[in-house]
Amino acid sequence: MLNRLVIENLKYRWVRTFLSALVVGVQIMLVLTLIGLSKGLLEESANRARGTGADIFLKPGKQGTFSFSTGQVDEKFVPFIEKQPNVQQAVGVLIQNVELITSINGVDIPAFARLNGGFHYIAGGPPKEPDGLLVDEYYARQNHLKVGQDVTILKHVWHLAGVIQGGVLARLIVPLSTLQSLTGNAGKVSQILVKLNDPSKTAQSVKQLDAVCQDQLQAIAIEDVISQFSIDNIPQLKIFINVVTFMTIMVGFLVVFLSMYTAVVERTREIGILKALGAKPMKIMDLLMREAIVLAMLGWMIGIGLAFVAKLVIMSTIPASLTVIDVPDWWPKAALIALSGAILGAIYPGLRAARQDAIEALSYE
Amino acid sequence: MIQVRGLRKTFQVGEVTVEALRGVDLDVAHGEFLAVVGPSGSGKSTLFNILGGLAAPTSGEVLIDGVNLRHMTESQRTELRQRKVGFVFQKYNLLPTLSAADNINLAQDLASIKTRPADFDQTLELLGIKNRMHHKPRALSGGEQQRVAIARALVNQPALLLADEPTGNLDTANSNAVLDILRSLNKRIGQTILMITHNPEAAAFADRTVTMRDGQAHA
Repeated sequence: MLNRLVIENLKYRWVRTFLSALVVGVQIMLVLTLIGLSKGLLEESANRARGTGADIFLKPGKQGTFSFSTGQVDEKFVPFIEKQPNVQQAVGVLIQNVELITSINGVDIPAFARLNGGFHYIAGGPPKEPDGLLVDEYYARQNHLKVGQDVTILKHVWHLAGVIQGGVLARLIVPLSTLQSLTGNAGKVSQILVKLNDPSKTAQSVKQLDAVCQDQLQAIAIEDVISQFSIDNIPQLKIFINVVTFMTIMVGFLVVFLSMYTAVVERTREIGILKALGAKPMKIMDLLMREAIVLAMLGWMIGIGLAFVAKLVIMSTIPASLTVIDVPDWWPKAALIALSGAILGAIYPGLRAARQDAIEALSYE
Repeated sequence: MIQVRGLRKTFQVGEVTVEALRGVDLDVAHGEFLAVVGPSGSGKSTLFNILGGLAAPTSGEVLIDGVNLRHMTESQRTELRQRKVGFVFQKYNLLPTLSAADNINLAQDLASIKTRPADFDQTLELLGIKNRMHHKPRALSGGEQQRVAIARALVNQPALLLADEPTGNLDTANSNAVLDILRSLNKRIGQTILMITHNPEAAAFADRTVTMRDGQAHA
């Protein structure tokens, strides 16, 4: 019966119910989209690292996994690495940032094709000239690019030679020597991709390459690189997510507080009726808590729906800039976030209602 | 059934102490229909609130069906309202979001009573609302709402039905219908009723009338 009263109360004031749930839902959508975006970008990066086909990454000595400064490794290391035991092939890659999170990679394209088995071309083919450019399908779709057209990147006009399937190395790939001269990094690369003859001996090769490169380069197994692409390994991102989560709880608290507070004031007489009929203070509290919980759950469901919409909008308009994935593993956490805010928000109005004097409440106009 | 002895109730309004009841003595027999009349401020509503367990007496004894209200805690008075007393208010006081049936069900639910009185269907027929049970209060006339309120007050078979100006918001025809119903309930099922009214015509439906004046009851 109490549940029916809760549902009827929420239905009776459906505009307020909908707006309160919508605001909670928007916050839940923000959390889910933020998590989906963080995980999507990291997963995309991991996929691209995996898509290189390399077994080991060689990076400048004291860099973290996520740091790729342009041109810090002498290109002469590439033939030196190729001579090491168990190394089948080494390819130098120069990385240059062009947008916030998009980079252009310079690589010896035929050599790289041998290392990873070759790009899968959706349109066009390998560049036949120094200014040839390859872009992945997402970048092409986002920027409405067609093979054969000119594209200006880094104030340089490139000729779009091919559109490749995403998930390999980078979204923008150009010949290494052109990018080196364009960015003033002649003879330099940012990292070296290493393919082994026997990948089962990766750990051994990592130690060996570390030893021969001393402090100038550090070798990291590709699986270790991929495992590093996790929110837990990026403290700044974790803090940001925690701040957004906290703000979501606060907004949920404020929305439900306002909604419940006005509901209690508006329904003073009804609370008086319940008390006259023998409702104990805990029952009144229970009633308002249930309403708050239903609001939170409605908001949660709306939030999940909105998160799908946000993903659809992002992935259909800027798939190359931002990658969002569904995060159903975060739905229970999102429910907890919505519930925490709602329960906190319902406590004071609930206590106020529970303490209301029945006679005063019944005479309320 | 009801024994009130030396009942006093004082309120503190700012720095002023208001004596609403000044030693009320009252007896209501089981199955009696008593009207309490009196001008505004005479203490009628205060007496109603105390008998209904909505307010605690300042001093004196109040016994309903052998239960003394004097030393009851808030929680005990809440239980008294669940089972011993049924209220009928001037403004009906139905919950607007629930149907007539659910308003009645809620009273049972709050008292944790699962079963309906065997003759409750007859009571609904007597009240003339059996076919209006699925309507919400806004779809009912004032007279129908008051009859639903009476059904709600009776569903837990209270020892005492307290009615506070039950016809105050009704036209003459509906007033007479409601008073007839109260009278019938009193005669047919022996329901003890204490009705507060300022209307002498309404009071005439009762077996006996007590007049409240200056916080005291006069036969």
